[in-house]
Amino acid sequence: MECAIQFKNITKTFGQVVANKDVSMEVYHGEILSVLGENGSGKTTLMNMLAGIYYQDSGQIFVNGKAVEIRSPKDAFALGIGMVHQHFKLVDVFTAAENIALGLDKSEHFDLKKVKEQARAICDQYHFELDLDQKVYTMSVSQKQTLEIVKVLYRKVDILILDEPTAVLTPQETEKLFEVIRNMQKNGKAIIIITHKLQEVLSVSDRVAILRKGEYVGAVATKEASVQSLTEMMVGKKVDLNIERPEPKNRIKRLDVKNLTVINSDGIKVLDSVSFDAFEGEILGIAGVSGNGQKELLEAIAGLQAAEKGSSVQFFAPFKMYSVELLGKTPKEIREAGIHLSFVPEDRLGMGLVGSMDMTGNMMLKSYEKGKFFLLDRKSPKQLAEQVKDTLEVVTPGISTPVSRLSGGNVQKVLVGREIAESPIVLMTAYAVRGLDINTSYTIYHLLNEQKKKGVAVIYVGEDLDVLLELCDRILVLCGGRVTGLVDGRTTTKEEVGRLMTAAPMRGGDSDE
Amino acid sequence: MSVFVSWILRAVAFGTIIMYGAMGETITEKSGNLNLGVPGIMYLGGFAGFASAYYYEKNAASPSGVVCVIIALVCCILASMAGGLIFSFITITLRANQNVTGLALTTFGMGVANFFGVFILNGASYTAAPLANKAFSARLPFMTKNPAPVLEMFFGYGFLVYAAIVLSVVLHRVLNKTKVGLNLRAVGENPATADAAGINVTKYKYLATCIGAGISGIGGLYYVLDYNQGIWATTDQIEALGWLALALVIFTTWRPLNGIWGAYLFGVLYWLYQFLPTILGLHVPGYMTDLIQMIPYVVTIIVLIAVSLRKKRESQPPASLGVAYFREER
Amino acid sequence: MNKQITAQEPLFRMVKRDNVKKGTKVLTVAAAILAALVVDAVFIFLVTGLNPFSVYGVMLRGTFGNKMRLSWAVRDLASLLLVGIALAPVFKMKFWNIGAEGQILIGGLAAALVMVFVGDKVPSGVLFLVMFLASVLSGALWAFLPGFFKAYWKTNETLFTLMMNYVSISIVACVTNILRGRASSLGKLNMKTKAGWFPEFLGQRYNINILIALILTFAMFFYLKYTKHGYEISVVGESENTARYAGINVKKVIIRTMVLSGALCGLCGFLIVSGRDQSISVSTAGGRGFTAIIVAWLAKFNTFTMVLISFLLIFLERGAGEISSAFGLNDYVADIISGVILFFILGSDFFVNYKLIFRGKKAKEVQES
Repeated sequence: MECAIQFKNITKTFGQVVANKDVSMEVYHGEILSVLGENGSGKTTLMNMLAGIYYQDSGQIFVNGKAVEIRSPKDAFALGIGMVHQHFKLVDVFTAAENIALGLDKSEHFDLKKVKEQARAICDQYHFELDLDQKVYTMSVSQKQTLEIVKVLYRKVDILILDEPTAVLTPQETEKLFEVIRNMQKNGKAIIIITHKLQEVLSVSDRVAILRKGEYVGAVATKEASVQSLTEMMVGKKVDLNIERPEPKNRIKRLDVKNLTVINSDGIKVLDSVSFDAFEGEILGIAGVSGNGQKELLEAIAGLQAAEKGSSVQFFAPFKMYSVELLGKTPKEIREAGIHLSFVPEDRLGMGLVGSMDMTGNMMLKSYEKGKFFLLDRKSPKQLAEQVKDTLEVVTPGISTPVSRLSGGNVQKVLVGREIAESPIVLMTAYAVRGLDINTSYTIYHLLNEQKKKGVAVIYVGEDLDVLLELCDRILVLCGGRVTGLVDGRTTTKEEVGRLMTAAPMRGGDSDE
Repeated sequence: MSVFVSWILRAVAFGTIIMYGAMGETITEKSGNLNLGVPGIMYLGGFAGFASAYYYEKNAASPSGVVCVIIALVCCILASMAGGLIFSFITITLRANQNVTGLALTTFGMGVANFFGVFILNGASYTAAPLANKAFSARLPFMTKNPAPVLEMFFGYGFLVYAAIVLSVVLHRVLNKTKVGLNLRAVGENPATADAAGINVTKYKYLATCIGAGISGIGGLYYVLDYNQGIWATTDQIEALGWLALALVIFTTWRPLNGIWGAYLFGVLYWLYQFLPTILGLHVPGYMTDLIQMIPYVVTIIVLIAVSLRKKRESQPPASLGVAYFREER
Repeated sequence: MNKQITAQEPLFRMVKRDNVKKGTKVLTVAAAILAALVVDAVFIFLVTGLNPFSVYGVMLRGTFGNKMRLSWAVRDLASLLLVGIALAPVFKMKFWNIGAEGQILIGGLAAALVMVFVGDKVPSGVLFLVMFLASVLSGALWAFLPGFFKAYWKTNETLFTLMMNYVSISIVACVTNILRGRASSLGKLNMKTKAGWFPEFLGQRYNINILIALILTFAMFFYLKYTKHGYEISVVGESENTARYAGINVKKVIIRTMVLSGALCGLCGFLIVSGRDQSISVSTAGGRGFTAIIVAWLAKFNTFTMVLISFLLIFLERGAGEISSAFGLNDYVADIISGVILFFILGSDFFVNYKLIFRGKKAKEVQES
């Protein structure tokens, strides 16, 4: 096969962080190559250099055998390289067609009609469903993804890079995407998929290139690889991939959610009559394609999101005969009512922590009012910071370093550490391992299991079905803001959960529509 | 009736000053740059235009109106663009805070204009450039000396008034119907996306800010050479006009076409204190006049509140307004 | 397509720096000021043909010429610093209050009205108390309005506060118009009774202002760093979502902080009227409301750094006044010189946070690292 891309001794650093070190590897025409590596292993950085987003500190890139300098995305397009970024590069207030037309070469006359015609042809060829006049901000995640791919295809690329394309897709949508990719492969294009999901690597790619801590470890043909062998190459040592799942002891109800309905600021019903219970000593998983109400569900329970009339969230404190209604209370009121409700939100630095503050400052985020009179007390938060740093092995120059300077995994340890320190009765986590490396992820699973054993009711919103199936006792599935299923984590299958994630909502006896 | 016509005449002329300011700032803001230096830029433009016309008039053997207009316009635009360039370099290349840089530019522009202005004034309290004023305020050829009031309301202005209307239509077309406009809007909405699409974000930001400054500067020029009858005096009047231009940008929800009526409406409100009492036959003491002058500002506040209450997605500022872009940000 | 293949690597590119030491920052700012002074010197030479060194020498005299000048410089410094202190909390909250000018004016007006109408009716202690309350309350009201709308409907505060400036100018113009009657200007208020004038303290009335500025410098520093309010302000300024998550009432903090800032601006108005001008006019605030924003921002809301920056700006202003009388220039040269210095200081931050790597340095870089 012909060599489409060749990296030679590529090094890229950000400040003191070495993202890629002396990477040399090849990509061939007509192959699907998976670039596999843990979070922070430098996969995206390497590909961003190909796409012209970053420029290497040293080393040389060859395209079709010739040395090239890719100084900007424009250069990349001229070389036939297109990339679908993990965080979509779309303008929200533009229509699909306008997004496709964006930045096209000057020589082409601006004619939105012609753009639409050609885009329509591409959609037909690959069987995409896309409304070209729809504004992006009204699109679902999978529609946005389709648009991104059409956008790249429109530019007639020979080398297509997909960064974590399946992170937001259901198993069914993922299969459809792979179909498209295989089609493109048949047309002789080189396709690179960045991912850390091993199952997908095995099912779609011809070859796997592995990066570890910014360095190129090697490449193997997919048919000679297995989940275990790939993990070992990725992590650099043998890893026990089994997640522990202790049996729940007593089923005492801690949280009773009834008919929870939330309408967001755009007037869309993001949660529709959601009802479920959470029990102490169990981990309740919440599955669903991201953006189907998970965020609002947790935020409503935590007092951050107003709910409609008729909704109710009852909290049952230990050793008390009565329950407390959480809805209508602010986070502060919930805290002042003596309710130990901990919440690890999805947006760690944008909601859970203050990036510019140090660990001490972040430890007092929820307890700063405990100081005397109008003064702050820094002593006990400081002790807590030291304690979290030691017990969770947070890697930081010191507790007075701003947390935004820490790596993703350590940021999450600080956040989880603080939330656990409040000795919660209910612990809610949203995408707790997103962006973390395997070791840190397993540390987090371990911490959650510790809490479970202590009798905490844990709610775990996750995106990796394999993990949900191994970690959770029960799994609640959300689709379009409705509960589409509640399954036993020990007996259900990935296919069943996947089907529920896209299923038409279950209707109760008396529907309001 | 004649009072009403004079009111409209003043209002349209006033509106034209801030219309230029606002059009320029709209272009700038569409690229994601919030330039609070508009007042400073209008000073630079107004002064450069005046000074060049003044010296041309004074030194040329037989000065011609047309040449005078060209010289004044070119100097005005160049000086304003220089102001825009300073702002661009500091905020785009050096990524300094846009608001603070804008405020500093306002101080700087005002300082430069008034500092050099004092040299021209040379002790007098004001200086005039009569030829330039005549050329800039010349009415259309078919206008007689005493035209019918209706005719005067529509055609009683210097050419820059009509140029402003044409320009806003052109800008509307460019922003909404061309590739350059599409790319520019993308840069202001989401520079990372625009960058990944192969658009040169830095170039667009620089050009939009400098061209925007050039257009804003014409507002200053129009103020000095037409509205103010070609008279230069040390003043802080232009500063207030610059701030009003900034308010107009929000008022128009970043749409140049809205700028046409929006600007004239501001003009009507601004001159209300002088004309409305006369029309109503009221005698208003001087101190009340001072108070009535707050009306355009109060209206702006009310509009601001109304816009924020409506929360329409399409009437929001460009999403990345005020934020510097660095491609390798992680 | 082939065009790219022969293309060279970029001429230079930027890389973000980490962990910059404090010394580097100070040095960079110092270098920026020096560079700005050189640019200004070239400018002065080109425009006036004067020797820039002698011009700068004369400038020094503006502040350090004699004891009186130094005292005036400190007086002006205190006025500017007070406004900067007033703005520090709101700007730390990332709330763009550019309406300090109006808040000062309206506070000053309230003080002046009290002075005129009850000046001779009550003992001076009570008078000062009433003046203080009137100015603080009116300044607070002026700030409350934009704060309230920002908190509840996210109304753009930059323009709201800016427009409020003109509203207060109108009101002050109206009131002074009434007060002065047929006179061409208002002149000093209560000229005979001196009611509402600060007593002389260490020889000057304005020394009381300086004293208050000094106290507030410490107080505000303490407020921002060691109190619960200060903590809330930092969190809200960093991220509203985090603040909500922490159970902070964001609306309350925005309004409270804005009211505090407005009240302090109102207080500045009172101090300017009683301790400095003994009069009121539309130029009582004198652009301090805008300059103070730059002071607060450049100091990163540290009140002690603000003292230094205020000093720099006042030094330039007074120096420019000196130049203009010595060389027959005009006061506006101060705006130009300080404008250039501000540009350089603002731009210098870039060199603290980023470094440039020029073409051909690739291989070397790697060897070093």
